[in-house]
Amino acid sequence: MASIDSGGGDSGHKKGPGVKKAKKLSTRVDMTPMVDLGFLLITFFIFTATMSSPTTMDLNMPKDTEKKEEETKVKQSGALTVMLGKGDQVYYYEGELEPTGANFKQTTFKGIRDEIIRKKKEVISSYVTDPACEQKARDKGKKDPRAECQDQDFVVVIKPMEDATYKNTVDILDEMTINAVKRFAMVKISDTEKDLVKATEASTGVK
Amino acid sequence: MPSVKIPRKSTDTDMTPFVDIAFLILSFFIMATKFKPEEPVKVETPNSVSSDILKEENALLITIDKDSKVYLNISSVKDENKSKLGEIIDGINTSRNLGLTDAEKQSFRNAPIIGVPFASLKGFLDLPKEQQGKITQPGIPVLDSLNNELVWWIAEAKKTFAGGRLLYLIKGDNNSKYPTFEAVINALRRNEEFKYNLITAQEGAPEGTELFFDRLKK
Repeated sequence: MASIDSGGGDSGHKKGPGVKKAKKLSTRVDMTPMVDLGFLLITFFIFTATMSSPTTMDLNMPKDTEKKEEETKVKQSGALTVMLGKGDQVYYYEGELEPTGANFKQTTFKGIRDEIIRKKKEVISSYVTDPACEQKARDKGKKDPRAECQDQDFVVVIKPMEDATYKNTVDILDEMTINAVKRFAMVKISDTEKDLVKATEASTGVK
Repeated sequence: MPSVKIPRKSTDTDMTPFVDIAFLILSFFIMATKFKPEEPVKVETPNSVSSDILKEENALLITIDKDSKVYLNISSVKDENKSKLGEIIDGINTSRNLGLTDAEKQSFRNAPIIGVPFASLKGFLDLPKEQQGKITQPGIPVLDSLNNELVWWIAEAKKTFAGGRLLYLIKGDNNSKYPTFEAVINALRRNEEFKYNLITAQEGAPEGTELFFDRLKK
């Protein structure tokens, strides 16, 4: 490996006496230490550097309002309420919660996406043409007013429990972006729902 | 006996192309990366499909660590003397009657991150800078809605940056609990701020979803 080739000076040509042999030095330099150094620096940069700059996710919260008429109204038929429990579990129900809790279901983050997609399709298929909304969309210069309005009744209500982590919250907000849910709200969980989730957690043994 | 002569080949390899490659990769890394900023609090941010890159602007960064402790860090760009930070600590000093000395106010300008209640802020600012980054801070109290100290900080920052742009960044750890996040949001809401940016790490849109097809079209 590490050697500077100094051979080649005596290559067989006999010169007369008195003629000084000029020692020919090879110009080849051993590159190995340089490679070592190069890779050392690479490793250093890999360890100290951040590849991608962090991204941000916009979150807009509505203003609190005291007035009843300013509150956003939600049609029961298009509402999907999602509750986040401990152990990355997700609970949901459609429309209004039945007193018996019959429509209260449990799933995971994987399952909730299918549920959102299914519910959205259901809302879209039961869309009755709303001329007022479509006119508004047309005025705004939208090409397809029907597409703008057909899912207007679809609302996802997100209710995280105390045990839900921040990751869960971001994940469910992400799910809204992924499935193009235009209307969603983060709401405080009610006591009935809390009890239901707690009871389910106790019976399934989620930790 | 005739013997087969195997020509002796040198085991030396020419390393020059190897060097070329090494330095090529090196220059790529130098250009493509940024140095990791020093983090007094370790936070693992969740992934999200959002692809908006965080801009460098005046920002009030609220960090929530894995034990759900809340920290505050205010950064103002193009402000060499950190005079804005000075204004903020002056305001807090008056509104909360902390009785800080000038040295302590100066210390606030250089403090890496603030995660102490008002009651122990004076003591914290008395520490030398190296130690401020090392000690475990108890976090700013937020969970008690009557004594949500973050409200005061945000109010002061909002006043100082009035007229300019101030981003509200929330950087939460994967394992921090939701009530803390809610308390932070409430602190912002009480200051009539409704637009926030959550700092996340990037991930791709899952295949077969609406967002996936939407991005494909673009």
